Amino acid sequence: MSLSPDDVKRIARLARIETSDAEAQATQAQLNTIFDLIATMQAVDTRGIAPMAHAQEVFQRLRDDAVTETDRHAAFQAIAPAVENGLYLVPKVIE
Amino acid sequence: MKWETVIGLEVHTQLATKSKIFSGSSTAFGAAPNTQANAVDIALPGVLPVLNKGAVECAIKFGLAIGATLNRVNVFDRKNYFYPDLPKGYQISQLAKPIVEGGALKIVVDGVEKTVNLTRAHMEEDAGKSLHEDFHGMTGIDLNRAGTPLLEIVSEPEMRSSAEAVAYARALHTLVTWIGICDGNMQEGSFRVDANVSVRPVGQTEFGTRREIKNLNSFRFLQQAIDYEVRWQIETLEDGGRIEQATVLFDPDTGETRMMRSKEDAHDYRYFPDPDLLPVKLDEPWIESVRAALPELPAAMQVRFQNDYGVSAYDATVLTGSRALADYFEATARACGQGKLAANWVMGELSAALNKAELDIAQSPVSATQLGTLIARIQDGTLSGKLAKQVFEGLWEGAGEVDAIIEARGLKQMSDSGELEKIIDEVLAANPKSVEEFRAGKEKAFNALVGQVMKASRGKANPTQVNELLKGKLQ
Repeated sequence: MSLSPDDVKRIARLARIETSDAEAQATQAQLNTIFDLIATMQAVDTRGIAPMAHAQEVFQRLRDDAVTETDRHAAFQAIAPAVENGLYLVPKVIE
Repeated sequence: MKWETVIGLEVHTQLATKSKIFSGSSTAFGAAPNTQANAVDIALPGVLPVLNKGAVECAIKFGLAIGATLNRVNVFDRKNYFYPDLPKGYQISQLAKPIVEGGALKIVVDGVEKTVNLTRAHMEEDAGKSLHEDFHGMTGIDLNRAGTPLLEIVSEPEMRSSAEAVAYARALHTLVTWIGICDGNMQEGSFRVDANVSVRPVGQTEFGTRREIKNLNSFRFLQQAIDYEVRWQIETLEDGGRIEQATVLFDPDTGETRMMRSKEDAHDYRYFPDPDLLPVKLDEPWIESVRAALPELPAAMQVRFQNDYGVSAYDATVLTGSRALADYFEATARACGQGKLAANWVMGELSAALNKAELDIAQSPVSATQLGTLIARIQDGTLSGKLAKQVFEGLWEGAGEVDAIIEARGLKQMSDSGELEKIIDEVLAANPKSVEEFRAGKEKAFNALVGQVMKASRGKANPTQVNELLKGKLQ
């Protein structure tokens, strides 16, 4: 499997990365080498092996349900670009 | 052409935990903006999520309550999209290995029982809130809700009318509040419904193209939105049009649905397992301890109410609408030993009074013991149904206990037949015309006489006794 220039453009748009045609072409070549690597891995016989979601055979530690955090919004908002009435202000996006 | 409606629901229930799913921030509703959003919730670099045991336990409870499969190992994935109220750029959710798969819920529509199968239920985090009011052309972001634990519950597309969809949503709402995993507050967004709706010609096996109605926050809106959407889809198809897969919003002001986005700009979420979170393991002792702590569930209680108290299937469903109502009914029925009568009073007089006063069953001024005593007084002949309503009013006003009210207000049903005979004689003497008509064969005249006697006794006569005595005297 290999990616077309359109695939690369689409992935870039989904990730909100602006790409020139030259960049898209260079990236296409790089991504396709990654696909070669995946193809090599997919050739390995994995019959009888359960799929893993994580590289290690360990499980998630759980936290007791308790409120342990205090209000630190003043410190967080001191480094925000724009703040009003306790809200973070961002460029308008309406879906 | 005859059309069939196909509906599947996705319900987001906010889990009733104290803290967020991946951080120790409070989940309390209504705090000042961003005062309950810590470094994890606002996605500062370098922070790591730590899963809340309480949230997982809620999901286990739900899985057990619907008889589902609990995936002993389940996995969190990243769902990637950009929106300002999702500061990480992805939502932590579960895709390939959700915690709950399968299970079913029973619903009753127009007296017909139906089983709705569930596809899955998975844990995920809620997003923050965007406020699009005027902030100099900018949007204000409140991240207090970001990271609130959700259980997204997905049904199979097995509902065939808006009534079935509402019955399913109600049954689900009852269940999640019953087992205490969600406060069920729809105004505050604790229970949000998305409806996938399509239509197809009756007899066709393939589904039609569906449109998804997002974020319905009342059962009434759910019904209205589906009814409008179904009409719109049928009209579009009958006019020779096609349905495009789309996401739509319901506008309660116009009662219409309108397109939010079409399939073309549908998101490509690029899910992958979240490397910050390890797979979650549920061990048997944990599951069994959760199972042991589950209360008797509505479905089991409905069967028991029918068997133990002789109430109908419909009544049993109504009475198990909430745990508080079911407990109240059962306490009343036990106090008086009259299940059917207790059901009638709880669903009739009491519910009407509570509705009128906009009170919840838990706030009822009349206790279950008091109502039980009242019903026992009807049963032992002290009160007629009519007099009992007056005693009920007294109880509601806080005028004291049942027997004291009967005594103080002189509401005791007349049991002295001598006194009653005297009244009957007076009535017969005063209404010779009715007596004559009855003797001439007019049944209606008899009822008029009964009415007169009841009136003369100021409602205190026992109607059965009046009938008997009157008949005897007229023969």
